[in-house]
Amino acid sequence: MGFGITIRVQGPYALFTRPEMKVERVSYDVITPSAARGIIEAVYWKPAIRWVIDKIHVLNEIKYTNIRRNEVSEKASTQIAKRIMNGANDPFYLSANDNRQQRASMVLKDVDYCIEAHFEIVQENAGPEDTVEKHYNIVLRRLKKGQYFNPPCLGTREFGATVELVEDTRTIPPSSLTGSKDLGWMLYDLDFSDPEDIRPRFFKAEMINGVIDLTTVGLVG
Amino acid sequence: MSNPIMNRYEFVLLYDVENGNPNGDPDAGNMPRIDPETGYGIVTDVCIKRKIRNYVEIMKQDEAGFKIYVKEGIPLNNQHALAYVANNIPVPSKENAKNVDAVTLLKLRKWMCDNFFDIRTFGAVMTTGVNCGQVRGPVQINFSRSVDPIVQQEVTITRVTVTRPEDIKTMGRKQIVPYGLYRVEGYISAKLANDLTKGTGFSEDDVELLWTALTNMFDCDHSASHGKMSAQKLFIFKHESELGNAPANQLFDVISISKKDEKVTPRNFSDYSIFVDKDKIPAGVSLIERL
Repeated sequence: MGFGITIRVQGPYALFTRPEMKVERVSYDVITPSAARGIIEAVYWKPAIRWVIDKIHVLNEIKYTNIRRNEVSEKASTQIAKRIMNGANDPFYLSANDNRQQRASMVLKDVDYCIEAHFEIVQENAGPEDTVEKHYNIVLRRLKKGQYFNPPCLGTREFGATVELVEDTRTIPPSSLTGSKDLGWMLYDLDFSDPEDIRPRFFKAEMINGVIDLTTVGLVG
Repeated sequence: MSNPIMNRYEFVLLYDVENGNPNGDPDAGNMPRIDPETGYGIVTDVCIKRKIRNYVEIMKQDEAGFKIYVKEGIPLNNQHALAYVANNIPVPSKENAKNVDAVTLLKLRKWMCDNFFDIRTFGAVMTTGVNCGQVRGPVQINFSRSVDPIVQQEVTITRVTVTRPEDIKTMGRKQIVPYGLYRVEGYISAKLANDLTKGTGFSEDDVELLWTALTNMFDCDHSASHGKMSAQKLFIFKHESELGNAPANQLFDVISISKKDEKVTPRNFSDYSIFVDKDKIPAGVSLIERL
């Protein structure tokens, strides 16, 4: 991992929704590689690179809390937008009172992760100027200054994340979790290689002394 | 329309509630939301966003470009302002509804952003068969949390009238917080506003309107359950660059709040002292106080 980075991500709440429990959302016990990738991409990404998550250090014990909110059941419809653009007389809004759903979320509390990741060059999108050093230095610079493209979040946008660069992996604090814990099947990431058919990939997550090593896992799906 | 914003912002809003319920918890019989482990009060992000939407709706009265997409109740004049729509896109047949091409999608997305303040600000999910029908807005708001643990009180009230002749007089309940000072933090990403493909066009005027909304939204939102809610302080951190000049958490740490007297139960905003550590503000970031 010549060009790997480590970041520390913290926040008071987090929600990494399990795909099988999306209506009354229930979070996974820990951050998914997919969400971790999203956090790094919020800081820096270009089509020429692809971030890969290597290790997730879970520093705090896993705590849940429950939040119920009023949400809307409908989405903005492009069809209706088009009809209105063409002068149709459809309602021009979404009524939050008529499309109300109360949904509960089981969210994580007080999370603290260290994420080790590296990036690979995507050859088909890379030009001659896309050197590894260039992208590596840009991401380091942004992390040191606290810059980002959009604010990183812990699963959903209402749970903002604090992201810091860890310069030396030896300074990662020891986790409060010990022993080995089987977290079951977890979402690894979505495979976007075929935009017509986006597929989720899963892996068997095992946490040993608070660390999930993703470099050796087999992906299913 | 002014230009999209070119600076990253973070903001901290302090607001308080006196004998009211800032945000009821549907899971707890509408008692004020509370973090059961610590006793701190919570107000959800969507509660604040709703107030911002309502304020803009009241202020702008369906002015072109400031419509609100997610509305409460039924607006009276929702069909008036369609005349300025100049795009002509044929509506596809039902079987092609899923296959909207990317160019059309961009057009639609732009049209939605141009027309609706809340989509331009907070984003929206648009249903399409193509996986890019999402608009991420530049403004992101966290949960609010009270500065000190709050006390939830249930107040019983009586009703003098009855609904039907055979009814007997009933009692009702109100849930209140005697006093709570809440703090909410938010972020505004310049890139999600001005980026050529991802940006929503959230402009300098919009950001100005957002600050006005944050300081005045409680004044347009009084109700029997809210009690006295007031915005007390709004601190805005403006970065010189689009990507920002300092980590957000470092800026949030500039604002610290403490009780003036540890032994007194706070019942008023003046029971708190707000300390702004100006030395902590890094170069390239300016602090603007709007209240």
